[in-house]
Amino acid sequence: MIPLRNGLKWSFWQVVAVVLMIAGLYATLIRIMKGLGGATNLNDQFPWGLWIGFDILCGVGLAAGGFTLAAAVHIFNIERYKPILRPAILTAFLGYLLVILALMFDLGLPYRIWHPLVMWNPHSVMFEVGWCVTLYTTVLALEFVPVVFEQIRWTGALKFMRAILIPLVILGVILSTLHQSSLGSLYLIVPQKLYPLWYTPLLPVMFFVSALCAGLAMTIFESWQSSKAFGKHLELPLLSSMGRILAVVLSVYLTMRFLDLWNRGALRFLAARRTETYLFLLEIALFLLPMFLLFRRKVHTNPQALYGCAVLVLFGFVANRLNISVTGMEAASGTTYFPKWTEVAVTLAIVALGFSIFRFACQHLPIFDPQPTVERVRSRAPVAVAGD
Amino acid sequence: MAKAILYDSTMCIGCRLCEKACAQHHDLPYNDEVAKEEKLSAHKLTAVTTHGDKFMRCFCMNCVSPTCASVCPVAALKKSALGPVTYDSTRCIGCRYCMLACPYQVPTYQWNSRLPVVKKCDMCADRVAAGFPTACAEACPTGATKFGERDDLIAEARQRLAASPGQYHPKVYGLEDVGGTSMLLLAAAPFEELGVKVGLPHEPMPLLTWRALSEIPSIVSVFGVLLGGVWWISHRTEEVQTAERAAREKKS
Repeated sequence: MIPLRNGLKWSFWQVVAVVLMIAGLYATLIRIMKGLGGATNLNDQFPWGLWIGFDILCGVGLAAGGFTLAAAVHIFNIERYKPILRPAILTAFLGYLLVILALMFDLGLPYRIWHPLVMWNPHSVMFEVGWCVTLYTTVLALEFVPVVFEQIRWTGALKFMRAILIPLVILGVILSTLHQSSLGSLYLIVPQKLYPLWYTPLLPVMFFVSALCAGLAMTIFESWQSSKAFGKHLELPLLSSMGRILAVVLSVYLTMRFLDLWNRGALRFLAARRTETYLFLLEIALFLLPMFLLFRRKVHTNPQALYGCAVLVLFGFVANRLNISVTGMEAASGTTYFPKWTEVAVTLAIVALGFSIFRFACQHLPIFDPQPTVERVRSRAPVAVAGD
Repeated sequence: MAKAILYDSTMCIGCRLCEKACAQHHDLPYNDEVAKEEKLSAHKLTAVTTHGDKFMRCFCMNCVSPTCASVCPVAALKKSALGPVTYDSTRCIGCRYCMLACPYQVPTYQWNSRLPVVKKCDMCADRVAAGFPTACAEACPTGATKFGERDDLIAEARQRLAASPGQYHPKVYGLEDVGGTSMLLLAAAPFEELGVKVGLPHEPMPLLTWRALSEIPSIVSVFGVLLGGVWWISHRTEEVQTAERAAREKKS
């Protein structure tokens, strides 16, 4: 089941996952028994913390590989990306399910999570976010379910799914575009609270483009991880070309950020010796460095270097979202915020759960082998799919 | 017509009877301990704050175009025609976006409750609807907190400024701040020195998000047509290539 050479390493990570999930369960108990006050360091001045900043904002962004690759393969007809489409869809689907799970922790009254579907307020960005999460999770479920049908060899259902595939993918891309940008729109309402290095009327556009970076980086990251875990051949030419695309999208994003700061006259805030300045520079550096590196042939054709760059971009993305939701909001709130251990424990448990389900799905479903060759899947031999 | 409150800081003696009346009307505990807390919380919907020898009242401004009502995904917060911004706890899901968005940091949360709801001053919506003044205005012994028609109170505030200009900081707060508020303030010192947020935009805050939200129909239609078009083109190329290959094979 597990390639022998990785046996030891995986059992170590399995132990870590189990420990994290037990800690998370204990934190869940505290959340239920003692309410948000007992489980978080949030207060009236600082109502949104790690659960929104990381679990929701980053969780949704890291799932962006799903719609990016679905569009590349099905709409732009770039067939060679097909081998990594399924893992990307699975990541996105899992990501959204985990975002909903995290939301259940953060909402004061989680059992009313369905209210926005029947009690409308179209003037609310949060209303848009709620609808996007619901609809896009449904689309992702439909995009993913053919994998299950393949496994149980239900050809009738497969045919039907193939018939509705294109409208479904188009709907998915539209919903994702709206959702990624609307998470930025959430902060449009706080011009006097969000630090000027981050507040811009272009927040929705910035969120969308940086989510594209995160989605591409996540796809490179998980392809590398999966090739390690399942002894699968790495689709290097494929990932190299994704690395090139990532470099271009990163440079577009950074140019936009710079022009925006320039046009708003916000560059002068960089002269201030404040925590905000340092964390802003960290965030930018974590995008700028991999951008320069990825433009070099030596880097984007080297699997390790490519992986390293993807990890840097992921960290840069997380830094950006946490800067907007925490760092940039602290000064105006008149208080400071640092997550309580229970907030961290729940977050880590959700991440561990994500990795575990991803691994489980890869072992039991034809994720890396799009052809419905049941024998190959059953035998679970490492399958080398040609890089086209 | 829309009601409002005029609070004149120069007439306030800091007796905190408004706090007490407010707590009573909203079934909240009130004692010396609570009286000492000079900030809003889930058990204190209005607070008198001390700034040297001056006082200021802290309460929900019941904005004319309330940010909280615009951001609430379930429309739990609503602006009523009479003025009060009301909160329906049976709709609330607890996302706390209203707390994040409020430019005055007014809505508070029952953090230690297992089934928490938002708490804020609702300008005594039930009393106002029945034709009574708010509990705080009724309790005020000096007339510092006065309830009435918004237009009348604006006229009166301007009159007071004109009558004794030396006594007041020359601004009626709430005329155009965030598009206007139901709570109008007068004071002897600049408002920022009394803990009131100044420098807020004069246009209603909900416009900031509405500009982005109103783009949705365009994004949906343009992306839909564009993606459909790209799909048609990208697969058309493939069709042509296949047909040409077939034709070539036929020839040879």
